[in-house]
Amino acid sequence: MGMTMTQKILAAHAGLDSVKAGDLIEAKLDIVLGNDVTTPVAIDVFEKAGFDRVFDKDKIAIVLDHYTPCKDIKSAELCATARNFAKKHNITHFYDVGQVGIEHALLPEKGIVGPGDCIIGADSHTCTYGALGAFSTGVGSTDMAAGMIAGENWFKVPAAIKVNLVGKFNKHVSGKDVILHLIGMIGVDGALYKSIEFAGEGVAELSMDDRFTIANMAIEAGGKNGIFPVDEKTLDYIKGRFNRPVKIYEADPDAEYEREVTIDLSTLKPTVSLPHLPSNTKTVDEVKGMPIDQVVIGSCTNGRISDMRIAAEILKGRKVADGIRCIVIPATQEVYMQCITEGLTEIFITAGCAVSTPTCGPCLGGHMGCMAAGERAVTTTNRNFVGRMGHVKSEVILASPAVAAASAVAGCVADPNDLN
Amino acid sequence: MVQGKVFKYGDNVDTDVIIPARYLNAPSPAELAKHCMEDIDADFVSNVKAGDIMVGGANFGCGSSREHAPISIRAAGISCVIAASFARIFYRNAINIGFPILECSEAAEKINAGDEVTVDFDTGVITDLTTGETFKATAFPAFINGIIENGGLLPYLKAKQAKEN
Repeated sequence: MGMTMTQKILAAHAGLDSVKAGDLIEAKLDIVLGNDVTTPVAIDVFEKAGFDRVFDKDKIAIVLDHYTPCKDIKSAELCATARNFAKKHNITHFYDVGQVGIEHALLPEKGIVGPGDCIIGADSHTCTYGALGAFSTGVGSTDMAAGMIAGENWFKVPAAIKVNLVGKFNKHVSGKDVILHLIGMIGVDGALYKSIEFAGEGVAELSMDDRFTIANMAIEAGGKNGIFPVDEKTLDYIKGRFNRPVKIYEADPDAEYEREVTIDLSTLKPTVSLPHLPSNTKTVDEVKGMPIDQVVIGSCTNGRISDMRIAAEILKGRKVADGIRCIVIPATQEVYMQCITEGLTEIFITAGCAVSTPTCGPCLGGHMGCMAAGERAVTTTNRNFVGRMGHVKSEVILASPAVAAASAVAGCVADPNDLN
Repeated sequence: MVQGKVFKYGDNVDTDVIIPARYLNAPSPAELAKHCMEDIDADFVSNVKAGDIMVGGANFGCGSSREHAPISIRAAGISCVIAASFARIFYRNAINIGFPILECSEAAEKINAGDEVTVDFDTGVITDLTTGETFKATAFPAFINGIIENGGLLPYLKAKQAKEN
């Protein structure tokens, strides 16, 4: 029996010729990641258990992105704990305010992660790096601590769902619409414990930023990871960034999949997820006109340069509607700078947007855009759970940058195809 | 063996309702316990007693990777969570901190809120003392029992390292 792409990467990192779904293995880790929320908890268990050494200072990434620049004294204390640990252990990939970006945009951009890697991160959206052809999955703080100590961790080899992509996008449709559509199709636990393996001729249609967006939300279908095959676009992206040897794994032709679904990109329309589950999807034309109070364009899902360009194209020469707060957050310092040099920042500010330094901030109701009771936002983030962006009676509608920007202009949920 | 009163919730109980992100800036178990479940059950924290049991539906603990979620449930006094299925990061986190969780869809369906329930971790047998029904949960593989018996993944690693040296 053949192996899936995920199974091949896990087998290689476990030193095994082959693995099958359900096997429990111990695999070597190429990168162990944590942020300002999860790293302090990992440090606490690390130190309480009596450990004093990390396995490899070059294979740990600590990224202070969630509450930074620190929103209050408590979050400043968390960052101080992580900062002191990074200094004490001389952690190579430590990112603080001024260099920091949202972790899942930052690590690929800096070439810290790449094809064929086995990565764990104490953040559920660590599955983003599957876009590069890596096995990458979110874990908790104790797993992060174990990874920092041992450089390996235990895994149950996942079964897989294969998603065949065919066709080409219509205007104003992007990676976000693909993943929201898929989650709507299979449900928030449709891929529970499984890997989501993307394949088919449609993959070539997707930009790397589209692939990051799609892999990022594999967790929202319950997936252990999402993964894309490595192609020319991947190799172009990592050129000049990723300096370790590139290992390309391909699924065997006789790999076993528990389920196969096909998505024809040409049939997709701009899609949104209504409160309070990512699987609660509608095409935007079904729900346009719903009143909103806020728009957020950014996050580890949609804060990359392509997302900024899409939003700017719609906001150029237009104004954010009266009564709407539109917050734009480029995901990294590099994207932030690109927005300035390409003139996007000027477009955003002229349109009436607030433009922020990189932070996860509003996505998790942390800061930089929490909502009051009864308010509703259209956002390019990844979760619309109860209370996710502030008050327990506020609501989040998930959407692409095109839909979010069009909604900011219209002052309600809007279809970018309706803009004149 | 644990015994307690059941607090029951539905499918897709997510980590944002177990412990909202607005409280993650103070990660001590005692602080987290004060706000556990408050966005879906404001009375949970005042009603729960040490040893009580939480029952959920499918995909319990979905969402973020915050280990704060099982930490807050345990610190609130809950001795064990039974669900039809668990989201995988929550599942790992609970095991890694040595907090027992059991997958049993029949128990998750049939046990009612407020029932008095016992759980025997050695056998995986769940008994609803109120209705008299018993259920059998999926047993853990040996190495996971090892993690729980050692009180979590790190003490387990420490013991393993000590053995190797």
